[in-house]
Amino acid sequence: MTKEDCKKLVVDIIADIAPDEDLSTIKPDVRLRDQLQLDSMDFLDIVMELRKRHGIEVPETDYPQLASLDSCADYLTPKFATKG
Amino acid sequence: MKNSHYDVAIIGAGMSGLAAGIRLAHFGKKVCIFERHNAPGGLNSFYSLGGRKFDVGLHAMTNYVPPGVKGTPLGKLLRQLRIDREEFALCPQKQSRIAFGPRGETSLRFTNDFAVLDAEIAAKFPSQADGWRRLVETVRAYDDVSLDARPVSAREVVADHLTDPLLTDMIFCPLMYYGSAQERDMDFAQFVIMFKALFLEGFARPREGVRVVIRVLLEKFRAAGGERQMKCGVARIIEQQGRASRLILENGGEITADYVISSIGYAETMRLCEPPQTVSAAQNTGTLTFVETITVTRQPPAAWGWSEDTIVFFNDSDCFEYTRAEGQVDLRSGVICLPNNFDYAGGTLPEGIFRVTCLANYDRWAHLPEEEYQADKRRWFNEVQHSARRFLPSVDDAVLAAAQLATDMFTPRTIRKFTGHLNGAIYGAPHKVRDGRTHLANLYLCGTDQGFLGIVGAMLSGISMANYHILQGEAAGRA
Repeated sequence: MTKEDCKKLVVDIIADIAPDEDLSTIKPDVRLRDQLQLDSMDFLDIVMELRKRHGIEVPETDYPQLASLDSCADYLTPKFATKG
Repeated sequence: MKNSHYDVAIIGAGMSGLAAGIRLAHFGKKVCIFERHNAPGGLNSFYSLGGRKFDVGLHAMTNYVPPGVKGTPLGKLLRQLRIDREEFALCPQKQSRIAFGPRGETSLRFTNDFAVLDAEIAAKFPSQADGWRRLVETVRAYDDVSLDARPVSAREVVADHLTDPLLTDMIFCPLMYYGSAQERDMDFAQFVIMFKALFLEGFARPREGVRVVIRVLLEKFRAAGGERQMKCGVARIIEQQGRASRLILENGGEITADYVISSIGYAETMRLCEPPQTVSAAQNTGTLTFVETITVTRQPPAAWGWSEDTIVFFNDSDCFEYTRAEGQVDLRSGVICLPNNFDYAGGTLPEGIFRVTCLANYDRWAHLPEEEYQADKRRWFNEVQHSARRFLPSVDDAVLAAAQLATDMFTPRTIRKFTGHLNGAIYGAPHKVRDGRTHLANLYLCGTDQGFLGIVGAMLSGISMANYHILQGEAAGRA
């Protein structure tokens, strides 16, 4: 899985959680919170959907790693890789 | 059924129980909702009578915001339950009024646009304008969903800003009628929740009523893999080593669950526990109950000039007293709802509906012999309608009588029977349990007695308790 694939999976999750947000102009290097209206309930859902859909665990201490799409990709891509 | 084990057992298929169930089932929990009645919906169900479907309690869904407004309870719950806004098909109100005085001489209009109420208050209570602005700022800044806020008297906080007792009562009246379980005062957190829900956000309703909302929730729950046992109440919660170890069902069955979430009320839940928690139950049982009259008419109420108001909150006395009625019914204040006067975008309701709610007294209704009960119902039906009509454009008795197709009325006794709430106390316990915790480590409350109010609040309550106590810990690897 490439980092781009990984970003797409995260965007897919956000699209399901927050269908009322416009994701077409999302900037990968900007914090998601700063460009979308996502609260802590929504971030919890991103974590839980990652676990439900892809079997990926994100411990609470690593939540800051999910701040932007770029940081999501940096953090999650190796996790997808070890899952095979 | 015997010896079934669930990750989570939920007691009650009302709005909060269904919402909690959807969250948990969506994230892979084996969930079952146990509901004593045949119909889901709890406090906000519907019923059929004479070929018509009636909503039980719903006048209006509060917390309405137009599409595109984010960060409010409605938006949060739609996201959390993966519901598309269109599915609820909400139609906004036209306008509502708070009418005080023997004939409603002082009135404040409000709509889903907060500027309308703002302007009304500036025009009618000019000396209060500054205080009002400060109060609104305080409300906007308050974190009303915090689960550990300490109770503060709303009367005291409001008195810091408003000095006119009439305006103060007029602001409290709708907020109390639409959700306060406490007499005379509210916890400020509850005040803020209601203020936002009614004034800063607003009223709406699906054209077909509350069953639209219930239908959406049931379908989501089913699609997520949740189970329901209808006509299957929980009779006892058996305690072992500080945990709810087993549930004994009313049909004699028995189940176990890692977690139990009860939406049936604080005292009502404590009474199911074995050993029973009768003292704590008795110390936190609500007393506020209501009667409601429903009149179905051939024409919409606009036919006799009742075309403007969606909801009217009225009070005829010098002081507004939100307390248990001394007699069977307190006619001094109440709420009128005209469901025809929502903006159905060109659509209409097939018939006219006129509903009135007044405060009542459970004890004075509960033990009447059947014949007396029926006679009292008929008598109070007329009294309640007459009282309410003082606050609407006047219309001849004969006109209304000719238009009338059907009537119904519910009393504190009806409420007790269908909601299970002790004393017919619709809004439940006076002291809310914000974090949902009980004396048992794996038993939590959601719904009315957790304290998020209204239909939207109820759903958010179920969501919050499922997240906070079950899903969040697990996501973080703390389970």
